[in-house]
Amino acid sequence: MTPRKRLVGLGAFALASSLVLTACGGGNSGDDATGDGASTGIVTISNGEPQNPLVGSMTNETEGGLVVQQLYSGLVYYDAEGVVHNEIAESIESDDNQTWTITIQDGWEWSDGTPVTAANFVDAWNWAGYGPNGAKGAGFFEPIEGFAEAQGVPEFDEEGNVSGMAEEPTAETLSGLEVVSDTEFTVKLTQPESDFPIRLGYSAYFPLPDAYYDDTAAFGEKPVTNGPYELESWEHDSEIKLVPNEAYDGPRKAQNGGLDFIVYTDENTSYADLQGGNLDILENVPTSAMSTFEEDLGDGAISEPSASFAAMTVPEWLPEFQGDAGHKRRQALSMAINREQITETIFAGTRIPATDFTSPVINGWTGEIPGNEVTTYNAEEAKKLWDEANEEDPLPDDYVLTIHTNTDSDHQAWVEAVCNGYINDLDIKCEMTGYPTFDEVLNERDKGPDGKVDGLFRAGWSADYPSLQNYLGPLYSKAALAGSNDGRYESDEFDAALKEAAAAPSLDEANVLYNKAQEILFKDLPGIPLWYYSTTAGHSENVDNVEFGWDSMPLLYEVTKTE
Amino acid sequence: MPDNRYEKTPRPGQERYVAPPEEVKVGVIDAVDTSEAPSSLWADAWRDMRHRALFWVSAALIVFVVLMAVFPGLFTTTSPTECHLEDSLGGPTAGHIFGFDKQGCDIYARAVYGARASVTVGILSTVFVVVIGTLIGAIAGYFGGWLDTVLSRFTDIFFAVPFVLAAIVIMSLLDDRNALVVAVVLAVFGWTSIARITRGAVLGVKNNEFVTAAKALGMSRGAILGKHVLPNSAAPIIVYATVALGTFIVAEATLSFLGIGLPTSTVSWGGDLDKAQESIRIAPEIMIYPATALALTVLSFIMMGDVVRDALDPKARKR
Amino acid sequence: MLWYIGRRLLQVIPVFLGATLLLYGLVFLRPGDPVAALGGERGLSPAAELAIREAYHLDQPFFMQYLYFLKGVFTFDMGVTFTGRPVVDVIAQAFPVTFQLALMAIVIETVFGIGFGLYAGIRKGKLFDSTVLLWSLLLISLPTFVIGFVMQAVVGVQLGWLPITAGRDPDFISLLMPAIVLATTSFAYILRLTRTSVVENITADFVRTARAKGLPRGKVMTRHVLRNSLIPVVTFIGIDLGNLMAGSIVTEGIFNINGVGGTLYQAIVRGENVTVVSLSTVLVVVYIFANLLVDVFYAVLDPRIRYA
Repeated sequence: MTPRKRLVGLGAFALASSLVLTACGGGNSGDDATGDGASTGIVTISNGEPQNPLVGSMTNETEGGLVVQQLYSGLVYYDAEGVVHNEIAESIESDDNQTWTITIQDGWEWSDGTPVTAANFVDAWNWAGYGPNGAKGAGFFEPIEGFAEAQGVPEFDEEGNVSGMAEEPTAETLSGLEVVSDTEFTVKLTQPESDFPIRLGYSAYFPLPDAYYDDTAAFGEKPVTNGPYELESWEHDSEIKLVPNEAYDGPRKAQNGGLDFIVYTDENTSYADLQGGNLDILENVPTSAMSTFEEDLGDGAISEPSASFAAMTVPEWLPEFQGDAGHKRRQALSMAINREQITETIFAGTRIPATDFTSPVINGWTGEIPGNEVTTYNAEEAKKLWDEANEEDPLPDDYVLTIHTNTDSDHQAWVEAVCNGYINDLDIKCEMTGYPTFDEVLNERDKGPDGKVDGLFRAGWSADYPSLQNYLGPLYSKAALAGSNDGRYESDEFDAALKEAAAAPSLDEANVLYNKAQEILFKDLPGIPLWYYSTTAGHSENVDNVEFGWDSMPLLYEVTKTE
Repeated sequence: MPDNRYEKTPRPGQERYVAPPEEVKVGVIDAVDTSEAPSSLWADAWRDMRHRALFWVSAALIVFVVLMAVFPGLFTTTSPTECHLEDSLGGPTAGHIFGFDKQGCDIYARAVYGARASVTVGILSTVFVVVIGTLIGAIAGYFGGWLDTVLSRFTDIFFAVPFVLAAIVIMSLLDDRNALVVAVVLAVFGWTSIARITRGAVLGVKNNEFVTAAKALGMSRGAILGKHVLPNSAAPIIVYATVALGTFIVAEATLSFLGIGLPTSTVSWGGDLDKAQESIRIAPEIMIYPATALALTVLSFIMMGDVVRDALDPKARKR
Repeated sequence: MLWYIGRRLLQVIPVFLGATLLLYGLVFLRPGDPVAALGGERGLSPAAELAIREAYHLDQPFFMQYLYFLKGVFTFDMGVTFTGRPVVDVIAQAFPVTFQLALMAIVIETVFGIGFGLYAGIRKGKLFDSTVLLWSLLLISLPTFVIGFVMQAVVGVQLGWLPITAGRDPDFISLLMPAIVLATTSFAYILRLTRTSVVENITADFVRTARAKGLPRGKVMTRHVLRNSLIPVVTFIGIDLGNLMAGSIVTEGIFNINGVGGTLYQAIVRGENVTVVSLSTVLVVVYIFANLLVDVFYAVLDPRIRYA
């Protein structure tokens, strides 16, 4: 069903650069970890049931991601602001941004007593990159040389479903990975990627011990780990208990007596438990409490910008949005959304009107991209543009604009508000088309040579690592037609601009160029930016030092709780 | 509630054949009047019902709700779909007596216009389940044997299907989502309960003396089922159906919640109930209006059901 | 009677086959591609997708998938969910708590429904009857979500009388509030059914006879009126056991109970066919037994009903 998958293998993020990494902090080896003064209370956190084994490269959802982050240490980690610091890495260096030399610190240990070696990284990455292993995070290894050979070439049936392998993988390992010594390995990419080190804090790049390969299935239930915490027990669908790893001597030393993840399926319920004192940290405030939680929770209320960005994608295959008239309609639809009012009224101020295609928490973000005036509400101009477009290229009388969304999350209210705005300001008919499950949306969106969806559809994107490129590339580059460029936007100009940005000599210069590339997006409007999400969370009076990171996940090792 | 079933003096030409023992002398009970021509079941019922105040009250309520469903314009001139966010959760003002919901839509207009979809869904699905359920349940209960086995096990199989799964599958196979389609989906999974209830009631009735008597008189089995067994089994069916009517209207909200209910442009009580849940902490009063409309509708049908049951009950009827 | 029960038990087999086939047909027709959804917005690599499809036999035609399922049932190894848990474990975990919850709800709704219904029927048309009618209307008109939410906020959070959520290994006290919430809609049904049957039977010949015999009023009401009014109520309770077990999605969510309703719903949304069909099949078996009990009970309530 998904033709996008035919194209996998062309390289999802086509970037060339010779950027020297500047964001990476100095190699601290754990001397700032304060072992003393740590509290002993066990912190309870609301979470969902992890959908995958507790292994970095197998985890692609936030529920499991949060647990995996506590269990494993990778080469680097992100602080609350998204700044990258070394954890196990001693240094990550490259002269050309294509061949990277990574050295790791001595003295790290797995919970079974074996040392953490360079080979633990290389083996883990090879395992994840080898197609038949079916790792969910395999895509993160695509930039590494030899990925295509380890994946093989799939075969598709007439509907676009993967039906078999046209060519089996010719290699079991990635040729770009090489172990130099116990503490050093090299990575050769297929092309320069300036932000490669920034990516390495993502859980897919975590190492795995030798014990993993004995029985991969059993390992995921009771993993051997190297992070600030160890798994004590995992009672499915109800509770995961972690205890501090006494041997851990890195920068993320646990400041509490342990973590207790409680599985909830309803956010209203976890909110009630927080209010009732049964829960310490609430990851998500329910929609019904959006306008009251700051009052309800007092000092325990947390509301800060996050790395998630929402837009409505305008599919390229719809004739009414092509050509000059189509371009005017895109502008009209963007200008007819009163973002201020919707974020205030529907979301009680927990979303921030978007003025670009990325997120304010990312280094390099600026709200001042030329062309972003279309994100300012202007009903008159919108109506004028819509009418002009209709003179050039009339729509049928019974035209109904549809906005497609999955309804297994809270999307109905804002879709209705946006539609009402269109009805009032543009004098058109507008309706929501809902899908009860996420896979049905995928199915509708990606069916056939073009998508099947006959209207706008919801697009939400959260960065996996804090980089402007992680929004623009996956959402709108031609290389990502295979991946998450679901509106099938194709622009040589935009692709060239991304390439130029990746080749910039410094991160700051790269960011300037990425923002220049956004000007092209504002001209073409492949999507209509809506708003940035906020992290809306809360904690009880029993815990202190609760901080949420750039990725909306709490920095749990910092939390203190006295018994 | 007034109830003339216990009237002290029987009207001329009619006699009770059963009555509360403390009020009627044995001689009166035994004096069955055979002079009048036998009248049909429904004519009898009608004669009984039209003398009851409760009948007219519930009928008036039903007419009111149906009128609202057919001609909402009679009750309000405000459009239920003209919504301005600046009015969000606004209190009552002139011309908007109940105020506004979260989207800034007029609550009163939505309560009025919601009647059409909700009453259609409620009545249609109830009619569907009663027809299918009663038919299958009555045949299974009355004829018994292998017919009972086959029909009852068929009911079991249908019962196995989770509502959400079936709704997702059926709704996605159909492009058109209107009240009729929603009613069909609700009915496909609602009939099993009513089939079981009918079967149980028929099992209880079919061994009664009057059934044996009818058999002895040579009545055909079909006629006995239709004329004697079913009317005497009607009470639980009517009760279940009138309560189910309300739950069907609420169930439509579940479908809307899943995104497979009526289109968002269709106003319905169920949909509004569902939407009001989001504001339950700050504006719980929004929920009162669709819930009251729903409660009134269910009330009118429950009262009507009571009257009809009383009227159909041969033990309480005068012959 | 024993012969009848034996025959009924044998009938489980065709119902099992029919129900699983129907269910499998439905999950097969379910729109969307659950494997694709596993990749989220980013999508899975084709090799990973293929590996998953093969592991779950999703690349096989309909009948092969069904046969794999049947084989799984008979070997008590129905494979694993997308998260890697054995389906058998999921069933073993979800059913006990749900069963306990459903039983508690049934006891609550039966005791109060029959009690109030009996009294309302005796006092037909009086103040008590009308009050009870209005209360049951309220319960019918408000979605379960609202009742649960309000109870949790008031009784749990504000007053602190009962635990806010049930959590894992819930005891009787923590299941009390969810059981009450779960019982509300069915309570309205039982109440109306009882009341109407009582109204109907109170005028019946045998009641008249019993009273003429000089039996005390209380005895007449319980021995004769109530007993003969219970057939529709018992039928409903039989149906309701199944409904309560499968349909407590909302209540389980509100009180964080890890039971059948929520598990089934999640499995449907995620497209985990084997889990959906397995859980539903267990439900069918429960339902069949509940109905068998009901049928046996008919004969107890009304000696004229006989089974050959």
